Amino acid sequence: MFDPADENVIAILREKYEDQVLLTEKHYDFLTITLKEDKIIEVIQHLRDHEGTKFQFLTTLCGIHHPEQGQIAVMYQLHNMYNNSRIRLKIYLPQEKPVAPTLTGVFAGANWMERETYDFFGVVFEGHPDLRRILNVDEMTIFPMRKEYPLEDQTREDKRDEMFGR
Amino acid sequence: MEAVGNKISVGEKPPGVEGTGFFATSLEKVVGMARKNSIWPLPFATSCCGIEFMATMGAHYDLARFGSERLSFSPRQADLLMVMGTIAKKMGPVLRQVYEQMAEPRWVLSVGACASSGGIFDTYSVLQGIDRIIPVDVYVPGCPPRPEQIIDGVMKIQQLVETESLRRRDSPEYKAMLNKYGIQ
Repeated sequence: MFDPADENVIAILREKYEDQVLLTEKHYDFLTITLKEDKIIEVIQHLRDHEGTKFQFLTTLCGIHHPEQGQIAVMYQLHNMYNNSRIRLKIYLPQEKPVAPTLTGVFAGANWMERETYDFFGVVFEGHPDLRRILNVDEMTIFPMRKEYPLEDQTREDKRDEMFGR
Repeated sequence: MEAVGNKISVGEKPPGVEGTGFFATSLEKVVGMARKNSIWPLPFATSCCGIEFMATMGAHYDLARFGSERLSFSPRQADLLMVMGTIAKKMGPVLRQVYEQMAEPRWVLSVGACASSGGIFDTYSVLQGIDRIIPVDVYVPGCPPRPEQIIDGVMKIQQLVETESLRRRDSPEYKAMLNKYGIQ
């Protein structure tokens, strides 16, 4: 399942943060590691600075809502540009109070990505320099990508069921 | 063979009294005729309907035939606001400000399903029709409408411009309508 490069990354991670690793798996040829949320920043910094991993580029960061588990996941995708390898890290937060530490101290580019994740999922990134909505209107009161909020605009009156034969 | 000169048609003159060396009609009709054939549109194009508009302005369809070849990219000089494309809720205040900056008399043409009703984008982030924030004179349906349809919409606007009373913009009904949108 894991190729030698993956084994190497996992070994480097386990060497220092054995207690943080919850799950290692491979999805669609993509090494995915689920971690505890408390030391996530430290772990990412370690993967960035360690000679054997060199994940020095943050490709993306986003939220994922799992309503059946009552959890909101935050996914970090890192890129090692020396040997073109990628890794995906996941942490799970309770959906009632999704709070995660900010990654802006390690990757400045995380700033807008965390704002986006806050905007759509309501994840609060502690220590973020400017955590406010980025894409949606400022007056919005909901976090629209959470499953409990319907996708459709709720102010339309012309979409009555009878018009659609329902 | 028919003479070439006979194929040139001249615009109809408004009803009036004609005699040797003079023609009398009401000022309103003259102003309406002048305005109708020199509408300066402001294209507010945000997506695919804007592409259709480019075709409308091109040589094949050529909106210049209707006196509207001079686009105004300053709202202060424009007569007609052509909204073509999806308007996100975040864009709403911008569109409204553009409308407020236009001088009276002003007209609004809503081109395409998105501008008219939100179209297929029935979602939290998209304005469900621009008539929620600004008054609209003519709606052009289609997703996107063909250039012929856009021209038809412009001709409908021309009709409104031509027949509009010079005092309409001072009327209490018009002011009440603007007030409904929170524009004074």
